[in-house]
Amino acid sequence: MAPGGVLFDFLPIWIVILGLAVFFYVLLDGFDLGVGILYGFAPAEDRPLLMNSIAPIWDGNETWLILGGVGLLAVFPLAYAIIIPAVYFPILLMLLALVFRGVAFEFQFKNPAIRRLWRWGFCLGSVLATLAQGFVLGAFVQGFRVKGRDFAGTSFDWLTPFAATTGVALLLGYALLGAGWLVLKTEGHLQDWARRMGRICLLGVLAAIAVVSLWTPLADPAVAARWFSWPNVAFLAPVPVLTALAALAAWRALNGWGPDAGPFLWAMLLFLLSYLGIAISLWPYIVPRQVTVWEAASSQGTQAFLLIGTLFLLPVIAVYSSWSYWVFRGKVRGDVGYH
Amino acid sequence: MAFDPLLLSRIQWAWVISWHILLPAFTVGLASYIALLEGLSFATGNPAWLRASTFWTGIFAVSFGMGVVSGIVMPFQFGTNWARFSDATANVLSPMMAYEDLMAFFLEASFLGVLLFGRHLVPPWAHFVSAIMVAIGTLFSSFWILSVNSWMQTPAGFSRGEDGRFFPADWLQIVFNPSFPFRLAHTVTAFYITTGFVVLGVGAYLVRRAEPGSEPRLMMRMALALLAVLVPLQMLIGDMHGLNTREHQPAKLAAIEGRYDTAAPAPLTLIGWPDDAAAIMRYAIEVPRLGSLVLTHSWDGEIRGLKEWPADQRPPVAFPFFGFRVMVGIAFAMLAVVIAGLVLWRRGRLFETGWYLRLCQWFAPLGFVAVLAGWITTEVGRQPWTVYGHLRTEHSVSPSLTGADVALSLAAYGIVYLIMFPAGIAVMIGRIRAGLSLRAEPRDPVEGLQSRAPVKAPPPAAE
Ligand code: HDD
Ligand code: HEM
Ligand code: HEM
Repeated sequence: MAPGGVLFDFLPIWIVILGLAVFFYVLLDGFDLGVGILYGFAPAEDRPLLMNSIAPIWDGNETWLILGGVGLLAVFPLAYAIIIPAVYFPILLMLLALVFRGVAFEFQFKNPAIRRLWRWGFCLGSVLATLAQGFVLGAFVQGFRVKGRDFAGTSFDWLTPFAATTGVALLLGYALLGAGWLVLKTEGHLQDWARRMGRICLLGVLAAIAVVSLWTPLADPAVAARWFSWPNVAFLAPVPVLTALAALAAWRALNGWGPDAGPFLWAMLLFLLSYLGIAISLWPYIVPRQVTVWEAASSQGTQAFLLIGTLFLLPVIAVYSSWSYWVFRGKVRGDVGYH
Repeated sequence: MAFDPLLLSRIQWAWVISWHILLPAFTVGLASYIALLEGLSFATGNPAWLRASTFWTGIFAVSFGMGVVSGIVMPFQFGTNWARFSDATANVLSPMMAYEDLMAFFLEASFLGVLLFGRHLVPPWAHFVSAIMVAIGTLFSSFWILSVNSWMQTPAGFSRGEDGRFFPADWLQIVFNPSFPFRLAHTVTAFYITTGFVVLGVGAYLVRRAEPGSEPRLMMRMALALLAVLVPLQMLIGDMHGLNTREHQPAKLAAIEGRYDTAAPAPLTLIGWPDDAAAIMRYAIEVPRLGSLVLTHSWDGEIRGLKEWPADQRPPVAFPFFGFRVMVGIAFAMLAVVIAGLVLWRRGRLFETGWYLRLCQWFAPLGFVAVLAGWITTEVGRQPWTVYGHLRTEHSVSPSLTGADVALSLAAYGIVYLIMFPAGIAVMIGRIRAGLSLRAEPRDPVEGLQSRAPVKAPPPAAE
């Protein structure tokens, strides 16, 4: 399958790297968007603390979004050129929502009314950015109309009931991650509150996973065949089984079982399994049912040039970004805010 | 009139990038300045450096935040509005953009948190190193994105497939394409100059306000010394940049000069009113032979006019022509301000001369104007191409977009940016007004993020 005449096919490595980059983005920005979503429901006096818990790290988390976007352009340019214009408006909404959310950290006005307005912008921005990403996900799973090398549909094709469902699902999912983060970073009554929010979100997430898992095979025979034909069903059975176990563990952790990091870690595992589930359904397409990963891939020269540096840079990034998380480890506290 | 998705996409691009560039223009310079102040504070232990650094870090945080959010908008523009361009050029350009992310953005973002919030959580040297890393990150970022842009101006090191797509042939030639060294030097110098004038102006404001402490004077002296070197240097680099443009993008140069007819020797058109339809410069005021002298460095060198190109391959003249004059005009005005400052400094009257302090305040925003004017010259002068001589702008746009789609998105960007940027500027001005003495720390609320880590850094100078 490697293009003829080349010594080595870099594409499998790139699929792993890009897959990880997107997954990292979903986890990392997922929890800080989730904190933003929960902000609206938090007790008023604790809200600044919620923002403080992510202030030093949100920028780094969003950097994975850029890597996801630019990585897609670099490894699968054809997919980028088809998918991004197809989700023109969700992308627009996401970008503008991220604008409000990002600047809210720095916009500390003296006037309390204006200050409060921007803080609500932080919350609303988090909700809308997540919703938009959920719509992108849904539109992506459903596939796009393609002609030649171009997207051939309209700029409103993404607006479907299925995409709305994934939009809500992602809201619940990010909020679950956010609740897990807050359990880890807070104490006392705020932590109790985070646990309660986490339980509500978890139930919602499970319902959403069930709906999407039934909807996709019913709507798309190829997905049904992938999961339910023999012997696939035997190989793939662990995915739903593990999902059920992870959900159970997350529930118990939210109820106080095990260390404070528990809910966050189990929620991450749930995300990983859902992510794998989508990948299994769609493989080997990068534009579902239209363009495979091989057809969309960039030239070997492009992949090779980028790979040399990436293999060196990613470990370095892992080291220093872990360090910056380490610096801000431990519980966030409100009482030392002003000195 | 039906909306034209191409025209609207161009306006949208110009709108979002023009706002974005204003922030790097400030943060690239300021990041280096803060690293310098942190270094001086670390080496000497003099609290004045720490207070100056803390003051500027508070302002930096706001501008960096706006730089990030307006920057994240940018790579997605290539996909949403310029899908054909992306498909055609990705094999060449995308690794450079990915390297920008991997080398620059991760570095900036990770160390920024420590720079802004970590003064008490890490030892002083680690805080200093974080400041350096953020500064290096901004420079890496400029390196890669300017390489991308320069390749679009002066493409090199590629081959083209049967379907017209660009493929890499020689990465060294791609990255170090002919206009890149000049553009990198000229742009980074421009960023330092822009920041220098802001520091000078803010210092002058604080001196006039009789702010206690030595910091405002330190700021003014540092800025003046830097500008005394950089402003003349920038004129030199700009001249070389122009000569390089003459060689590789002669049609753009003709537009900058406002020259429709080839001439040797050529005069220098100081000002006039370009008329593209009739292909003549109306009301021109010219200096004989000076054009040849400046652009060919000889008395009777030839400058080619736009009429040598078919009409559909000429850039519109007005934007490059006036943009260039605004930029160069500002450069000479800046030089005058710097010279006056040096003279007053020598006479020991720098801080007592009221009119000069006020003048410095007026000049604080002019670097931004020059940067925008320069970029408009560069980018409009490249038209009608996105990849000069190879890919036309009208063949770059996403085919699925309707005029109404883009009108809607442009309106959304318009409204959001007109809320966000003025608010951000207001926050920064507020922090400048608050002055140095009030805040020993840049940001109060997030201090002491954690309860368990030992406090290693010494407490800030008590007020
Ligand atoms: C503080 C800002 C600043 C100042 C004082 C100057 N420039 Fe500049 N100039 C820029 C900031 C800038 C810029 C915004 O950074 C540009 C846009 C693209 C680029 O490479 O740099 C630019 C572009 C640019 C170009 C266009 C190159 C091209 O697109 O091919 C030329 C010919 C010059 N400059 C020449 C000059 C000269 C002769 C100057 C002084 C006499 C000068 N610039 C001062
Ligand atoms: C940062 C400063 C920049 C400014 C102020 C700027 C401004 C502009 C403007 C005004 C145009 C419209 C020209 C016209 O259509 O007549 C344009 C076009 C364009 N520029 Fe830039 N630009 C900048 C940097 C860049 C960079 C770094 C890149 C590439 C990475 C880039 C890529 C493009 C592309 C693809 C177009 C074509 C789309 C169009 O014509 O509108 N620009 N730019
Ligand atoms: C002359 C043109 C440009 C220069 C010199 C430049 C430089 C920078 C710098 C130094 C930053 C760091 C934030 C800041 O300092 O405000 C930044 C942010 C950013 N820029 Fe630009 N930029 C340019 C144009 C572009 C273009 C055309 C794109 C899109 C391809 C882009 C994408 C981004 C992104 C995604 C960020 C956010 C990075 C983060 O999360 O830290 N920039 N840019």
